[in-house]
Amino acid sequence: MSSTPRTLLDKIWDAHVVCTPSGELPILYIDRHLVHEVTSAQAFEGLRLAGRRVRRPEKTFATPDHNIPTTDRRLPIADPISKQQIDTLRNNCREFGVRLFDLGDADQGIVHVIGPELGITQPGMTIVCGDSHTATHGAMGALAFGIGTSEVEHVLATQTLRQAKPKSLELRVEGELHAGVTAKDLVLYLIGRLSTEGGTGHVIEYTGPCIRRLGMEERMTVCNMSIEAGARAGMIAPDQVTFDYLRGRDYAPRDFDRAVAEWERFPGDPGAVFDRVEIFQGGDVVPQVTWGTNPAQVVGIDATVPDPTAFRDPNERDSGSRALDYMGLAGGTKIVDIPLDRVFIGSCTNSRIEDLRAAANVVRGYRVAPTVHAMVVPGSGRVKRQAEQEGLDRVFRDAGFEWREAGCSMCLGMNPDTLEPGQRCASTSNRNFEGRQGKGGRTHLVSPAMAAAAAVTGHFTDIRHWLYR
Amino acid sequence: MQPFVSHTGIVSPLDRANVDTDQIIPKQFLKRIERTGFGQFLFFDWRFLADGTLNPEFELNRPVVNGASVLLARRNFGCGSSREHAPWALADYGFKVVIAPTFADIFFNNCFQNGMLPIRLAEEDVDELFRRARTAEASGQPYRLRVDLPACVVTDDAGFSRSFSVDPFRKRCLLEGLDDIGLSLQHVDKIAAWEADHAVPAGA
Repeated sequence: MSSTPRTLLDKIWDAHVVCTPSGELPILYIDRHLVHEVTSAQAFEGLRLAGRRVRRPEKTFATPDHNIPTTDRRLPIADPISKQQIDTLRNNCREFGVRLFDLGDADQGIVHVIGPELGITQPGMTIVCGDSHTATHGAMGALAFGIGTSEVEHVLATQTLRQAKPKSLELRVEGELHAGVTAKDLVLYLIGRLSTEGGTGHVIEYTGPCIRRLGMEERMTVCNMSIEAGARAGMIAPDQVTFDYLRGRDYAPRDFDRAVAEWERFPGDPGAVFDRVEIFQGGDVVPQVTWGTNPAQVVGIDATVPDPTAFRDPNERDSGSRALDYMGLAGGTKIVDIPLDRVFIGSCTNSRIEDLRAAANVVRGYRVAPTVHAMVVPGSGRVKRQAEQEGLDRVFRDAGFEWREAGCSMCLGMNPDTLEPGQRCASTSNRNFEGRQGKGGRTHLVSPAMAAAAAVTGHFTDIRHWLYR
Repeated sequence: MQPFVSHTGIVSPLDRANVDTDQIIPKQFLKRIERTGFGQFLFFDWRFLADGTLNPEFELNRPVVNGASVLLARRNFGCGSSREHAPWALADYGFKVVIAPTFADIFFNNCFQNGMLPIRLAEEDVDELFRRARTAEASGQPYRLRVDLPACVVTDDAGFSRSFSVDPFRKRCLLEGLDDIGLSLQHVDKIAAWEADHAVPAGA
């Protein structure tokens, strides 16, 4: 046994390496495999062709989320190709014995919302999903990352993955966030500082007092967007906040106190060394708005759209100019002067109950601007019911928002929820790539409170000066 | 999987950084449940105009790169979504090799699973390849590169030669066309032993 101090990543990694065959990549055991309709069909088909079974169906959980309509669920799915993909997931889960949270199941929702919500996600676990936002689950002190469909098939067949150990990057955030500044603003700010590839090859561990102060759902928002800085995963060491969140959840361990005693061993040892460390100040962060076509192209609400021709890096200069052209923006425009056509509150980044409460608090007593079409898409059936019990749906509906069923919806627009060409949207999702929300659509990423304020005023508005009613 | 040993082909330069997998294969094509047939949708929003005709401005549509099998790209190629449909589309279109200064992690792994070789070269070497491609194309000739995986070297016929590194396990899988899952299942006893050591008592 080595007595070298270890990080959270080291501990989870060491605990899951089954073996490292000579000259090969380590075989890493996977505790939880989450599955959705878009990246699994070909993997199940591969199993079928090879005559293989799912090794551990009880560690595999599936739900349709990407492709599904968010309107009336009693109606049949209009798009035959979407329907076929969802039917395929159903048939595969039935054939291979995988638990499916299907449409109509009270616990259906976005895979990265229901995993933590049901207590399927737990500290110290390895968790994968054919989806890059799997890093969300790292907020509970798990090593969670996205994989491709061939790897999905590998996990289904072997409950393991071939993986080289990633490097570790500590992102320490000192101090605290100012009032009106949220976890979403923090992570957008961090991505802006790191760049979209600053985390490549690394697992980020978020540390420091500013991170410790975040609630569980805020931590999920931060870890969720680690991939947008290129990181393999993001994680936060488990603490009392984590344990309090998990206690009593459906899939949480029955002998919870014993589990907590195990989990308390996972946080990194004092003196553990990271491959890289970056330090930021929470107090430096203001509400953020993206101006371009990747999440690192971001500025504060009090800033102006930058002039990319002044960027030093030739790649960034080129990419910034293309982005402004696509976004229909000119350098020097004040962010608060940018008008909006659409507002989307939802996605695995920001569709949990606290996100909806934050947005509803802004909206209460106001009306959506006549020029704006706004919608709220809760992350899961449970979030939706909770919000309705609290009367948040009424607040949104009274203000003129649409109130939808749970799903990924306009985060990626695989279902009918899309932007029209040229439409400009304030979105609480995670990607502002060209065409992400619909061909020709223009996406600005913001926090739920900022999205709600923009819906009311019709343009970006500094939430720090909002008059709450 | 088809083995990959060496390859010579026409280079198609794509001179933009941070090309995300949403651009490589837009979401409307992710509803298919097959692994094949994605090439027709590659770079769909860039390759085609609104009326469905080829966009003559897009680099890959130039006649000089017709039949290209080596994609030359800029930093952070393949960032964003984990969709393996991106390498499926590139491979189905005819690409065997992608060369860039850096790649996003998930995309990089996904390439190997599909017999396609992603090669990281230093930024100045990639700059040089863009220059050479431009020069050749200016005289109406396509630019060709040869990739030798056993020797881990990229060469052209005008003196360019750079070695690259590739993980030894990934290299062996490509050279021999090995099935990852089959290899891992050779260690099924160790997997079972790990599970036995970590079994949680029923009801816990």
